[in-house]
Amino acid sequence: MTNTHVDYQLSQLDQLEAESIHIFREVAAEFEKPVLMFSGGKDSIVMLRLAEKAFFPAKLPFPLLQVDTGLDFDEVLSTRDSWVERLGARIIVATIDEAIAAGHVVDDGKTSRNRMQIGTLLGAIEENGFTAAFGGGRRDEEKARAKERVYSHRDDFGQWDPKMQRPELWSLYNGRIHAGEHMRIFPLSNWTELDIWHYIHREQIEIPSIYFAHERDVIERDGMLLSLGPEIQPKGNEQVEKKMVRFRTVGDRTQTGCVESVATDTAAIIDEIAIARVTERGATRGDDRFSEAAMEDRKKEGYF
Amino acid sequence: MASTPQTSDSHTMAQGEMDLLRFATAGSVDDGKSTLIGRLLLDSKSIFEDQLEAVESTSQSKGYDYTDLALLTDGLRSEREQGITIDVAYRYFATPTRKFIIADTPGHIQYTRNMVTGASTADLGLVLVDARQGLTEQSRRHAVLLSLLRVPHLVLAINKMDLVDWSQEVYEKIHKEFTQFATKLNIPDLEVIPISALQGDNVVNRSENTPWYSGPTLMHHLEHVHVASDRDLVDTRFPVQYVIRPKSDAYHDFRGYAGQVAGGVLKKGDDIVVLPSGMPSKIAKVELFDQEVAEAFPPMSVTVHLEDDVDVSRGDMIARPKNAPKPSQDIDAMICWMTNEPLKPRQKLAIKHTTRTGRAMVKDIQYRLDVNTLHRDQDTKELGLNEIGRVQLRTTVPLLCDPYSKNRTTGSFILIDEVTGVTVGAGMING
Repeated sequence: MTNTHVDYQLSQLDQLEAESIHIFREVAAEFEKPVLMFSGGKDSIVMLRLAEKAFFPAKLPFPLLQVDTGLDFDEVLSTRDSWVERLGARIIVATIDEAIAAGHVVDDGKTSRNRMQIGTLLGAIEENGFTAAFGGGRRDEEKARAKERVYSHRDDFGQWDPKMQRPELWSLYNGRIHAGEHMRIFPLSNWTELDIWHYIHREQIEIPSIYFAHERDVIERDGMLLSLGPEIQPKGNEQVEKKMVRFRTVGDRTQTGCVESVATDTAAIIDEIAIARVTERGATRGDDRFSEAAMEDRKKEGYF
Repeated sequence: MASTPQTSDSHTMAQGEMDLLRFATAGSVDDGKSTLIGRLLLDSKSIFEDQLEAVESTSQSKGYDYTDLALLTDGLRSEREQGITIDVAYRYFATPTRKFIIADTPGHIQYTRNMVTGASTADLGLVLVDARQGLTEQSRRHAVLLSLLRVPHLVLAINKMDLVDWSQEVYEKIHKEFTQFATKLNIPDLEVIPISALQGDNVVNRSENTPWYSGPTLMHHLEHVHVASDRDLVDTRFPVQYVIRPKSDAYHDFRGYAGQVAGGVLKKGDDIVVLPSGMPSKIAKVELFDQEVAEAFPPMSVTVHLEDDVDVSRGDMIARPKNAPKPSQDIDAMICWMTNEPLKPRQKLAIKHTTRTGRAMVKDIQYRLDVNTLHRDQDTKELGLNEIGRVQLRTTVPLLCDPYSKNRTTGSFILIDEVTGVTVGAGMING
């Protein structure tokens, strides 16, 4: 049996955990067909851990949905498989290539895979008739996200209208939707990047190995370090260098940069992040850098 | 449950164990609220380089000769274009002792609903006034709303003190005026702090310009205000949210009632009663994930097992036999109305209270409260957008409720339009 809390105080991490578990249970109780959008990144793994806690010892009362960009890191896919097997969860993988073949998405050669995830995701939600989709978004990530509700209503087209958001009071969530609409649910809304890492550390949560410092051939491009691979080859004067790096986010490998690091365990990562002076998206996500309003635009279209 | 850190050579490891303060800010653009939040984020080193660079370049392109910290928090493009804040935004920062969640709400009259939303989860309310203006109708209204929402701690920050030559007289005058006004409200704890958000005086660092002020800086107060005792640890309230029945071979007979503790303490051996049925039982054990816990208290999310095989489902509540809310279908509440179409007698709505959902009909609108004067307008026939009034409801299902003044979770509800599905009202139960 765990300790008695003599002072009846919950640490902020325990409060966040309790709030997230409450959200998972509320959605499972009120929605007909929820799904958890699983990217394989640390935030979606933390969601999985919280969902595991919310329904233990029962299995998750909803499947996972992953959008496969075809450009995922192998390490991310193998961690995903390990989680799915341990939880006995059901996973639906929607691929961008299939979405292109089905005409949901057009590959014009200029659009990033990240952007093409939108059509793929919306196609999969509609095809399966999901009424609620858990996402790992956090309000601390970006200015537009700061105004997102925990329950974020999406219309028939899967779009977010920031001016039509429902007021969200106390912990009373309103899950009413019409046929064809769905709700995005963000159980990690109040977590910060540092909270996520503390939780991974405390709970000893399995995450993809590329989050930890390792040696890798990289190219510096537009101020980002990109991993050498079939899609990333040196251009012009670019040099291939061997560096100790880690990834702070694990999206599409052609868009996701890494940072120099010596942090090989979670404690060391927490130390590095605590002194980091650049937000995780700004540093390593090429697709967020186009404009200050980049995220707002993608969210309106139905991005995670 | 908690694993031992692999290495703990850094003070940053303590962050996971620190506590949490949720506070709501109120004030208009002119009061310098966004600047103050920008200042808190900047001085607590919660702003990152790229965020600051973006704001600096925007400030430059707008032709400002200073970095406009307000740009850090004005999130949506439509707001940036209009230069106003239109919705509740949540911000996060941490100091070595506390993590803070700010519900940043706009101050304009038409956005009362946002203020009520932001205050609903706040432990503390921060009201900003411009030292040159003194108390305005708007700052009074903010205080009324924070009081109505039973936010237990209030800070009145008198901003732009630099523009009144750091006058103690100005500070004392506003302080006195506010204290007099506050006697009509329910504000258990008040702190009045003279600041300059633009220059940072008394925000994080103590100002040399206010030698006559001996109180805390804003940040010091936020870090040290005691919020743990604001929770009700006496009256046990456990709304059942979800019934966990694995139906697997390993857990064949497992039947756990999952939920978040809304009040009191639950432990093994406690005599309980299940509402509304009134069936008695005892707590067999309380679990958090795969661990049994000795006690559960607010706001823990746990799973409760009972000794008897009684019928319990979502929407029921576990309480103590001699301390249980009385199920009631007649609800007397203060309602904040949040949509254009006014609330009228005989109107039917969906109601959500704890984990219970039903329908409600408006029996009577007793009065409309003028949040500026506290005058009760008894002649009113309806409640318009952003109006607050005392309303009698009749519900289809009995609610297991407490007065809002006793418990902010079991005393609150939302009203939902059955056609549009939109949240149109927020209710606080009287009693």
